[in-house]
Amino acid sequence: MTESQKPIDPEKEKRKIKSDKRMKEIMTEYYVEAKTPREQRGKKIAWITSGGPVEPLICMDIIPVYPENYGAMIGASKMGVDLCEKSEEMGYSRDLCSYARADIASATVNGGPIGGLPEPDMLICCNNICGTVLKWYEVQARYFKVPLFILDTPICHTEFTKEMRQYVVKQIKEYIAFLEDVCGKPFDYDRMDEVGALSFRGQELWQAILDTTMHKPAPITCFDAFFHLAMIVTLRGTRTVVDYYEMLLAEMKERIAAGIGMIPDEKHRLLWDNLPIWYKMRWLSDKFASHNACLVADTYTSGWTSSMKYLDPDDFLGSLAEGYTRIFLNAGTDIMADNIMGMAEKYDAVGVVFHSNRSCKPYSLGQYDIQRIVQEKMGLPTLMIEADMVDERSFSESQIDTRIDAFIEML
Amino acid sequence: MKALEFFDHIVKHPGEYAEKWKKETHGKVIGHFCSYTPVEIITAAGALPFRIFSSGVDISKADAHLQAYSCSLVRGALEDALSGQLDFLDGTVFPHTCDSIQRLSDIWRMNTNFGFHSDLILPVKLIGESAGEYMTAVLRKFKEALEKNIGVRISEEDLKKGIETCNRVRENLGRLYSLRQKNLHVIQSSDVHTIFKASMIMDAKQAAEKLHGLVVELEGELEGELEGESKGDNDASVPERKRLVLSGGLCTMPDIYDIVETAGGAVVWDDFCTGSRYFEGEIEEMNDPIAAIASRYLKRVNCPAKHSGVLSRGEYLVEKVRQNQADGVIFLFLKFCDPHAFDYPYMKEMLEKQGVPSMLFEIEDQTSSEGQLKTRCEAFMEML
Ligand code: SF4
Ligand code: SF4
Repeated sequence: MTESQKPIDPEKEKRKIKSDKRMKEIMTEYYVEAKTPREQRGKKIAWITSGGPVEPLICMDIIPVYPENYGAMIGASKMGVDLCEKSEEMGYSRDLCSYARADIASATVNGGPIGGLPEPDMLICCNNICGTVLKWYEVQARYFKVPLFILDTPICHTEFTKEMRQYVVKQIKEYIAFLEDVCGKPFDYDRMDEVGALSFRGQELWQAILDTTMHKPAPITCFDAFFHLAMIVTLRGTRTVVDYYEMLLAEMKERIAAGIGMIPDEKHRLLWDNLPIWYKMRWLSDKFASHNACLVADTYTSGWTSSMKYLDPDDFLGSLAEGYTRIFLNAGTDIMADNIMGMAEKYDAVGVVFHSNRSCKPYSLGQYDIQRIVQEKMGLPTLMIEADMVDERSFSESQIDTRIDAFIEML
Repeated sequence: MKALEFFDHIVKHPGEYAEKWKKETHGKVIGHFCSYTPVEIITAAGALPFRIFSSGVDISKADAHLQAYSCSLVRGALEDALSGQLDFLDGTVFPHTCDSIQRLSDIWRMNTNFGFHSDLILPVKLIGESAGEYMTAVLRKFKEALEKNIGVRISEEDLKKGIETCNRVRENLGRLYSLRQKNLHVIQSSDVHTIFKASMIMDAKQAAEKLHGLVVELEGELEGELEGESKGDNDASVPERKRLVLSGGLCTMPDIYDIVETAGGAVVWDDFCTGSRYFEGEIEEMNDPIAAIASRYLKRVNCPAKHSGVLSRGEYLVEKVRQNQADGVIFLFLKFCDPHAFDYPYMKEMLEKQGVPSMLFEIEDQTSSEGQLKTRCEAFMEML
């Protein structure tokens, strides 16, 4: 039976997010432009890490491309194992981050759902998310032989010191000089103000969308947030994001007004920690839904708004250094625990599901302590799922299935 | 050799050494994790910089804090800390290197109680003006924090002396390397390794003296030999050994040298942080001692968790192979070590382009790996 022949289930239809269609269009347009041959495209391409300061690139008319976003697409289209295996043949250990492995392999064979990413003219690596990206971007710098800029954002275990501030502020200047050099044109500071304001507005709207799940029943779950996240990651700083998120937020408000929840009979409100398991999104979402459990919020998608308190919309460039250094993942484990507890309260969650993601050490190591803290301080039941975001070989469906059942019973 | 027994005892009983040192000097013992720890500053403070190696005991307590996909150094060190084996510590320094150490620092801070806990967040990028400035600023801040925490004042003079002493340790370790490099029979690689490990635990002044004594003794022995009957490397009675360079992040596997030697190899160089990276690069005696320490870190070959160019480590390795006329390279690192695993493919390829064969061995945990490593080494040696 093809899509169009399927009988329409009005209940399901009612819960569908209408804006999804527009989102797909935008992402397609974005990738079509990026993949247009260099001569026709005119614009340069920068590969950049998901937590990297993209605003100066937009300001310079450079198209930012995110290998991590592509990693997610590869995972979601279940092409991860194949590419990961290819990278292992190239000598990369299976224990490395599967985004990195998938991307390193994909670059050499134009793999993945859109036949590979367009070749970069430069690489921008900000290590505020992990040390993996440094090594990964070094690999790509050797492969593509293009300039690599590293924005080194010191980890703030317990504090953001004045030395760190000076260091990152100075690097932002070096970053701009790098871009001027690669592009052969001066940096447009006035335009930067506009881009900065748009970026900030985009983050505000994204947070507002995530916050609609404070309402009961929640109009979306974190699985929907995982999908809509692509926009704030890849097009942050553009008008497109602001327009789209305004539309999505309006739709959420309508849903709330009409009393539409994503889970028909929302019973258990839960939190998710760590990256999504991209190749099992549908399965997990159905699984939790079958228990009337709604994952109302997660630490990952809110990561892109985690430093808004350090950003100044009126002086974005001036606050960029602090904002990009103090993201949630670049902080101590205890701060991450506080973050989860704050979210549990805010969204009135009754349990936490942790994805122990063997790809991502900075996110996952420390989770056992966070789990204990959450249990001790808030008395919340927790579940630990061992998996990997892209490499399906690390997912044991039957085991996880049983564990979810047991966990829900405990609630 | 008596000197060797002395070093060997320390390596086997590091805690005993630290406790004895404490009793005698009433000083503080500061544990640390890697060669980016400014041991000169700690020495200048009159404290003992004590490098933490995992003792290799079975993991039980650390399992409650660390997933199985963290390296054995990180898990083993936490196990030692939680099971009371490091109770003599008065503090710990965590230079920021890899993601696993970064999180170990948090877990350590939240679950142990050694007093001084310092996150030494050095730059990851070691090139560019901003990195140099920041490196110095962070080291200065570390000095102040240390002063405050252990209640001492470190004068400029103290610092200069600390640097001088640590330079002497390095100089002697370097001499030991050249001795071995030129005359493989004078000292075994496994002994060199033991001496290195001991020097990372010992009081710097004592280490410098003991090392000096040993080096002079060995150099004398060698001279005597050269004058008398030759037993040198050219002697036909010594079967020709394959000259090998080791590369990677070995910290925990003491028997590797024996294994390599039994298989017919000889280690002529390494790029370990428990080896050449530890002694290479003397600290210049500059007006500003802290800036001098920073400058060494910026110039010395980097650890894979740091960046000084996309080819820096590969070029270093190829150069060392050439300088030492090595026949092959063995890459050795701990399983789950990301920084090393990312560098391996390109370094291997750079070697291949020079016609240098290599083999990779990932160490899972000490005991179970040994048999395997032996077989692999033998096969590799035959191939060379
Ligand atoms: S998944 Fe984790 S290790 Fe991989 S790139 Fe993202 S933050 Fe880094
Ligand atoms: S061996 Fe590797 S993973 Fe382990 S602490 Fe050292 S650098 Fe980190």
